[in-house]
Amino acid sequence: MVGESTLSDRIVNFVLYLLLLLIALSCLFPFLHVASVSLSSHAAVSARKVTLWPIGIHLDNYRFLIVDTVFVSSFRTSVLRVLVGVGISLLLMVVTAYPLSLDNLYVPGRTVFKMLLLFGMLFSGGLIPYYLALKNLGLLDTFWVLVVPPALNIFYVILIINYFRGLPHELWEAAVLDGASHFQVLFRVFIPLSQPVLATVALFSAVQHWNSWFDGVIFIKEATRWPLQSYLYSRVTTRMLQWQTAVSAERAGQAFVEATPEGLATAMILIATLPILLVYPYLQRYFVTGLTLGSLKQ
Amino acid sequence: MALYGYQEAARVRPRASSAVRRHGRVVRAVRQHWPLYVMLVPALVMLALFHFYPMWGVLIAFKDYSPAKGFGESPWVGLANFKRFFASESATIVIRNTLFISIGKIVLGQFAAVIFALMLNEVRIRLFKRLVQTSTTLPYFLSWVIIGGIMVQVLSTGGLVNSVVKAVGLRPIRFLGDPNVFPWTLIFSDVWKGFGFGAVIYLAALTSINPELYEAAAVDGAGRFGRMLHVTIPGIQPTIVLMACLSLGGILNAGFEQVLVLYNPVVYKTGDIIDTFVFRIGLVGQGGMPDFSLGTAVGLFKSVIGFALISLSYWLADRLANYRVF
Repeated sequence: MVGESTLSDRIVNFVLYLLLLLIALSCLFPFLHVASVSLSSHAAVSARKVTLWPIGIHLDNYRFLIVDTVFVSSFRTSVLRVLVGVGISLLLMVVTAYPLSLDNLYVPGRTVFKMLLLFGMLFSGGLIPYYLALKNLGLLDTFWVLVVPPALNIFYVILIINYFRGLPHELWEAAVLDGASHFQVLFRVFIPLSQPVLATVALFSAVQHWNSWFDGVIFIKEATRWPLQSYLYSRVTTRMLQWQTAVSAERAGQAFVEATPEGLATAMILIATLPILLVYPYLQRYFVTGLTLGSLKQ
Repeated sequence: MALYGYQEAARVRPRASSAVRRHGRVVRAVRQHWPLYVMLVPALVMLALFHFYPMWGVLIAFKDYSPAKGFGESPWVGLANFKRFFASESATIVIRNTLFISIGKIVLGQFAAVIFALMLNEVRIRLFKRLVQTSTTLPYFLSWVIIGGIMVQVLSTGGLVNSVVKAVGLRPIRFLGDPNVFPWTLIFSDVWKGFGFGAVIYLAALTSINPELYEAAAVDGAGRFGRMLHVTIPGIQPTIVLMACLSLGGILNAGFEQVLVLYNPVVYKTGDIIDTFVFRIGLVGQGGMPDFSLGTAVGLFKSVIGFALISLSYWLADRLANYRVF
């Protein structure tokens, strides 16, 4: 294959690399543009001069956001929901997966439980009964509505079960013969050995928590209790106008003169992207394990 | 007769005793492994509260539910809500849009992922391959709010893309405001967001192809495209079949969050899907109170068909590609 590169082969290669380069740039340019808008002056943004490089660099949009109390509280809510949400979820899922993974034990009723899980995963009552259920449970307008209802991700549970099953059975036997209780076996033997699957599940659900916005918008009325992405949603869609008036008012008072509604939206987009970029190298390591997760995500 | 009775008794007795023995075994197993049951309690509570309790709530699809009267007092109306939906113009529009958008996404998305994986597979410079993969996979991990916000910036009539369109001498395209264009905006932005990650599974499948096959093909005089056609593509064919099967289950999910971020009343005719319709009718309320019962009925219709489709897709995946969840 190497060495015998003919002219036509070289042309094919050139076209191939060029195409791939263009494809990669098509994924990067939008972010570059958005970053530039967030850093450009009011005049340049209004005149739509900004393309891939900021014009009249300033930080007014970011300074505006830092004093925006809703933005600050929404950022805090998002961080909190990732930490608490992933914590609760992981604990719940390993504890559920353990008994379901011990096929060699005779535990009556386990198959029934698995069927319940499978049915719960594949069938749902739909959005409105779900909303009404959360309302009746008193979860609406609380922080807990963001972390408790999605804690049991059945697909992740199945993934963990399958991983636990792949662990050498002798380890389990040895631990039990040594007199370890089931909880000890789970936390001292199974969990330390399952790092790849647990890291995958933790990372993917952290990303999911960070990215969730719909639950905040419909289950919580007050915008001050929303996570960041819900706030961003309201800013890039319906409430852009409100922002426009706020920005004009600030500008009339000589503060943040270079801030623009577009600039604020793009600044927020970048801030919301940043945490994903930070975990991205770790995510990449678990892509292939995560694949099976992705194929079922809706 | 006596002999017959004897045989009968002989046949019956072990069965009776086996039932007793099984009962004893169950009791002993439960007594011995009760911590395992304790471990399942939290999940059972979660299932009951957030999966089965809402499922029971679908009954309001058969009622004329009003929050003031509550569940018990609201009168039963049979299938009236379903009839109301299917008699309305919205039903055809919403179902047609859902199918068009989601089939478009599945077909073009799979196609793009396979082609992209095949292209990457031909790259010999490791670093280049890594960089391309890194930048193309990133959008998959960002929310539709972020991507939508970027799209509004880039695709607006005065945005980056349209300034190129105008520079070429064409009229600006209203990607988000023209009902004829909007579904394609949805489809292509979804393909753009997902093709990089979609290719990962094919690239993983490619690594398991035996390199000797390539050498054998080269010896047989197969060129670059010959090798791709006769070795690479057959090698990933099972994966393609599997992904096709699994995507069948999601055919009614045309991308709720994406549409919700990007659509507006101007493009409802071609961009409104079942999920957004349910959301608007059942929770937001269009011009008045939300119609919980109608929203639930439409949602239930989708859930039932969706459940059948996903069961079918799992069955097909098991049959055709040996894939099982449990």
